[in-house]
Amino acid sequence: MKKFGLLTATTAICAAGAVSAADLEVTHWWTSGGEAAAVSEFAKAFNEQTDHNWVDGAIAGSGGTARPIIISRILGGDPMHATQLNHGRQAEELVEAGLMLDLTDIAEAEGWADVVNPVRLLDACTLDGRVYCVPVNIHSPQWLWLSHDAFEKAGLDVPSDWFEFVDAAPALKDAGVVPLAMGQQSWQTNLAFGAIMVAVGGTELYVDVLTNKNADAAASDEMTKVFEAFAAARLLSEGSNVQDWNQATNLVITGKAGGQIHGDWAQGEFQVANQVAGEDYTCLPGLGVNEIIATGGDAFYFPKTDDPEITAAQKELASLMISKEVQVAFNLKKGSLPIRGDVDLSAANDCMKKGLAILAAGNVLPDGVNAFSADTDGQINDLMVEFWNDTSISVEDAQARYVGIIASAD
Amino acid sequence: MSSTDAGQLDTAMKRPPRLLKNLAAKFAAVPMVLIALVIFVGCTIWTIYHSFTRSRLLPAPEKWVGLENYERLWSESRWLISIENLAIYGFFSLILSLSIGFILAALLDRKIRFENTIRTIILYPFALSFVVTGLAWQWILNPQLGLQNVVRNWGWETFTFDPLNNAEIVIYGILIAGIWQGSGFVMVLLLAGMRGIDEDIWKASRVEGIPAWKTYIFIVMPMMRPVFVTAIVIIASGIIKVYDLVVAQTSGGPGIASEVPAKYVIEKMFFSQNLGLGFAASTMMLLSVLIVLIPWAYLEFGGKKNG
Repeated sequence: MKKFGLLTATTAICAAGAVSAADLEVTHWWTSGGEAAAVSEFAKAFNEQTDHNWVDGAIAGSGGTARPIIISRILGGDPMHATQLNHGRQAEELVEAGLMLDLTDIAEAEGWADVVNPVRLLDACTLDGRVYCVPVNIHSPQWLWLSHDAFEKAGLDVPSDWFEFVDAAPALKDAGVVPLAMGQQSWQTNLAFGAIMVAVGGTELYVDVLTNKNADAAASDEMTKVFEAFAAARLLSEGSNVQDWNQATNLVITGKAGGQIHGDWAQGEFQVANQVAGEDYTCLPGLGVNEIIATGGDAFYFPKTDDPEITAAQKELASLMISKEVQVAFNLKKGSLPIRGDVDLSAANDCMKKGLAILAAGNVLPDGVNAFSADTDGQINDLMVEFWNDTSISVEDAQARYVGIIASAD
Repeated sequence: MSSTDAGQLDTAMKRPPRLLKNLAAKFAAVPMVLIALVIFVGCTIWTIYHSFTRSRLLPAPEKWVGLENYERLWSESRWLISIENLAIYGFFSLILSLSIGFILAALLDRKIRFENTIRTIILYPFALSFVVTGLAWQWILNPQLGLQNVVRNWGWETFTFDPLNNAEIVIYGILIAGIWQGSGFVMVLLLAGMRGIDEDIWKASRVEGIPAWKTYIFIVMPMMRPVFVTAIVIIASGIIKVYDLVVAQTSGGPGIASEVPAKYVIEKMFFSQNLGLGFAASTMMLLSVLIVLIPWAYLEFGGKKNG
């Protein structure tokens, strides 16, 4: 129905035939149920509030698949007009090569620096004092999602933190429930590692390793504890043979798995499945141990074109994405937190409110994606997914390899 | 005989410079030569050069780092596992698809009924892409949906066959799919070769009282040498570039147990944004092909000139 509405809106605008109307092709990898609903809010706002048209270029298969396609299109001289990327260093070289549109003029005119909270998000978009992207949401990966159904089956109370969850795992297994759902893609294992690192190792260790790239910290005893906890966690996921994260989330929604360590974008899936936070599922930021979240997220970049009309439309889209109403509509559907602190989110559910409270208290971490180059990130992904799936790799070996990666990280 | 003599006489009389002989043909070959030089040789050299640089998202010819990428490559367990997997997959896939293809071809060659139908059925898997093959076998080997479940429903409750989720044997799960897809094509190639064998040879071997299987192995097989070479080249190139099958069936998992070199190259180049490392890996792949190819080409073509 929504799609149909969108279509009619688009046709109506086409029929009106506004003189300066431009078609903007926008690529993104938001294809799961909750994500698609969220991105259509952008499209709707763009089609209704401006003379231009949103041409949707969704790429299935999550960031790992979509990012190379997006980047090779930009490099290959066939750029889209706007594209989602995670802010941080993924687009660094593209910006340095002068392939991205400079948004500094509208950023200054609209005072982005004053409204974006935390301001680090805008810093991630900034290179040499110029702004090249629009942050649209805040995502934090350090969440534990728990299925009430599964714990009921096992006759247990829903745990309130990670350690209780680990204690409850044998009972879950006996009840025929997979304790921990985990998708097979490597970034998901790395994400879980980061979450356990914050919970078990603490904030200081996390910042020291990820931001300062301190190899000594990565070799410390605290880090060994993190690896031990991670090694214990890998035994809990036996039998969850799924690939994509939303399939893993679906195991939790249907009560086939007890829990999943995943980012807050999982919430969109619970919402689409009509689950109520606190009644059907529980979310624990920082795995319930260390209530602190990283502020990664998504941003939109606008590849440069020669066409002034397109450039004008790109800037209109940029300012629309950061505007109050669109931020609220988008983030409610997406399950993510808005990037500005001055919007009204009374309609948010329990989980989002938890996130907002943490954000308001300023308990934020740097995000791995922001800190490491894609290369280092890929190396850590490889190590984590290998360690997770091959129980013959010892904690010492894995940690030694991790230290090696951190020592040469850039 | 006489035409050759006349030709020699002709050249001896006029002696045009060698370069200008067949000028039109040489002119026509220029685009092909250029393409071969620029695209194949040129791009290969470009790739090899950049494998010695710290190229990340974009090629950076000025950031020379020597052998750094190669050192990292050979210290990464993912690359080593990829190489090991390729060796296992390559060895078994070559032997099995050739022998299965040959046996099937020999059986069909016995002038059986419905040969056309059977041949089409066996060739059918080849018409499917690797992605479809991989997906189909992912389902067949899935313990909840596929083979294991079927056998268990027949009453053998403890039957376990779950290669795709077992890191030790996952590459064999991929091998099954690869052979299922490829051996039909080998069969058709070899069958065509067998049909080219003179009927008189069969008559002679029958007169001598040689059993059919001996005739196949000791007489027909050696006579089919060119067909075997073609089949081996086709199978071998398929082995080196195996990528889509793995992506569709396991995407390298569980963990990194079923990674292959081609997948490593693609992912380092585009996912990890490290062109230099990806180029180093692809150079190693080229090198391994050359190590096999050069001695073979030397024996095959160099030998003839001398003999």
